[in-house]
Amino acid sequence: MAYFLQQLINGLTLGAIYALIAIGYTMVYGIIGMINFAHGEIYMIGAFVSLITFFALGAVGVTWVPLALVLVLLSAMFFTSAYGWTVERVAYRPLRGSFRLAPLISAIGMSIFLQNYVQLLQGAQVKSLPPVVTGGFRLMETGGFAVQLSYLQIIIVLVTLALMAGFSVMIAATPLGRAQRACEQDMTMAALLGIDVDRTISTTFLIGAALAAVAGVMVTLYYGVIDFFIGFLAGMKAFTAAVLGGIGSIPGAVLGGFIIGMIEAFWAGYFSSAYKDVAVFGVLILVLIFRPSGLLGRPEIEKV
Amino acid sequence: MDLRGLVKEAALAAFVALIVAIPLAGFDLSQQGTANGAQIGFRPSWVAIAVVTVFVGRLVIGLLPRPQRRERPPVVSLFIARHQRVLGLTGLAIAIVWPYLPFSSDYLVDLATEVIIYMMLGWGLGVVVGLAGLLNLGYAAFYAVGAYTLALTSAYWAWGFWEALPLAGVTAAAVGILLALPVLRLRGDYLAIVTLGFGEIIRIILINWQSFTYGPNGINGVPRPTFFGLPLVARAPRGGETFAQFFHIDFSLSQRYIFLYFVTLALAIVVNLFILRLRRLPIGRAWEALREDEIASRALGINPVGVKLSAFAVGALLAGFAGVFFAARQSFVSPESFNFQESATVLAIVVLGGMGSQLGIALAAIILVTLPEFGRDFAQFRMLLFGAAMVGIMIWRPRGFFSLRTPSIRLGEDRPLVEVPK
Repeated sequence: MAYFLQQLINGLTLGAIYALIAIGYTMVYGIIGMINFAHGEIYMIGAFVSLITFFALGAVGVTWVPLALVLVLLSAMFFTSAYGWTVERVAYRPLRGSFRLAPLISAIGMSIFLQNYVQLLQGAQVKSLPPVVTGGFRLMETGGFAVQLSYLQIIIVLVTLALMAGFSVMIAATPLGRAQRACEQDMTMAALLGIDVDRTISTTFLIGAALAAVAGVMVTLYYGVIDFFIGFLAGMKAFTAAVLGGIGSIPGAVLGGFIIGMIEAFWAGYFSSAYKDVAVFGVLILVLIFRPSGLLGRPEIEKV
Repeated sequence: MDLRGLVKEAALAAFVALIVAIPLAGFDLSQQGTANGAQIGFRPSWVAIAVVTVFVGRLVIGLLPRPQRRERPPVVSLFIARHQRVLGLTGLAIAIVWPYLPFSSDYLVDLATEVIIYMMLGWGLGVVVGLAGLLNLGYAAFYAVGAYTLALTSAYWAWGFWEALPLAGVTAAAVGILLALPVLRLRGDYLAIVTLGFGEIIRIILINWQSFTYGPNGINGVPRPTFFGLPLVARAPRGGETFAQFFHIDFSLSQRYIFLYFVTLALAIVVNLFILRLRRLPIGRAWEALREDEIASRALGINPVGVKLSAFAVGALLAGFAGVFFAARQSFVSPESFNFQESATVLAIVVLGGMGSQLGIALAAIILVTLPEFGRDFAQFRMLLFGAAMVGIMIWRPRGFFSLRTPSIRLGEDRPLVEVPK
């Protein structure tokens, strides 16, 4: 029981991180119907920016943890969303109206580029951060096994939930959200009604990148080690989460993220940690066979 | 655009470059954990260089003449497209005499073998991506299936190269069918991500299933091809005869390199003819029709799942063959040879080669495989350039650098769908 509870806590934390990345996939897919393969790399850049900001703050003497955390979060969101914007502007916008595979291939190229760009600039070896937020609660103890709920895990889940709530309000009740939903339905019509489609798409990439940056900060704090390759697997899993929840649906992405986090944690806890990625991937295949529109998604209608 | 507007635009681009460059170029974590011990370094000059480069670059791009909408393809592509047959035969002639040229060496023959293996991979993936329009991002996984089929059958049942070759192709194709079958009913993007995941999964399984695959250490002593049962080795294995003994010549290592080279070349020619034939068969036309317009093809009675599946299976089959050659060339396989970089390299060959043109892919394979041989410096930037090139080609030359991506057959004259007023 205690062991189960511990895996549940770990799974929720992991799921929160995947959910944040999955939102970026699902939003971009909703609005322009492409899989943004470079999104995992954006998350990786978020992690690097947060690590760099931590050390830079340390160098100028900001050591009060809450202040440092807030500054790191803001800096990561700002710089990473600049990357998200640039990627869209450089690699995707010129390709609207090109043949079907073009944006996909361009996105893969971008993903390869960003990975090697970070590797060349920051070195290939693993980067580490000493623990910043320590301590936590001991929930229960049975038979020598104590269930730990660290402050960091609480922060991760709370920040994720808060961001998602704010974000849902934005989609539902602001002019930007309205423009996004309009573009999602019919881009030409939205443009005819005076919506700046290019700007709306850029903003979507900005927001997706900012959320991925938050995930990057969280993962840097949680694991304490990052390298230039972390975006690949995390991106895969977040994409699986988005498909599981129903691609295009934001609540679906969050739900999918938590489910994937749980599957990974429980698989690693009860079976073997070597094959936890295989398990997540198996879920993706099963979902695509039995419920391709996902848990909360609408079936896709093909138009001529 | 007037000059004022252009400068403004360039300044804006430079500003974005400043923001983007500050964290990753301006700060340096690469010294972390080394002897000098500094956790973080600063590189303000790198940021300045990035900003200036982007500003100047944007100005230059703006000052260049804007490409016309209906643009003539570049001269090189036109030349290659017109003289495909002659160029192909010339290339083949050079390939045949290659080991006997005066400057030829074991190293050059071996390098040419590698190039031809990548050509086969490129042609195989060209069928999937270029002809059928399906994106396979885990191509290295099928390559791995082929290579490991040879390595494992030789390790467990002492099979040789020639016995394992057909089995490797069939195994890879079967794996491809099993993987693609559930996904092909859906949008093409799903196939891309599933194959990407599959590429990673195969690697994880090869590393972790140590009792069967020998794990991360790989398998040594993979058999090389024999000449009708005569091995090309210095000493004959118990009672047998070697190639050199049978023909009463002295053994030298070059014989082995040259023999493998010709075997590879022979299979590459077969593969090439096979694909050329396929393109002219109804199935090949169905691939191209599906690529151009799925709904219209379906209305004309093409079964999309079956047709796509056949393309995917042919691609996997050819990857399986190429994998056997790869394993035999190195005489060694390990999981790390089949990472995502490998898949990306083959994809870059196909994209650069013009997505489906045999000759274009062959040229791209020659360039992309030999370039890293020119030096470590280049090898370091290789993947960075691949990535940038893939984006750039999609933007400026979606048809690839070396060829024209045209349908293999068309009805009547080639004329624009809409008359362009003069």
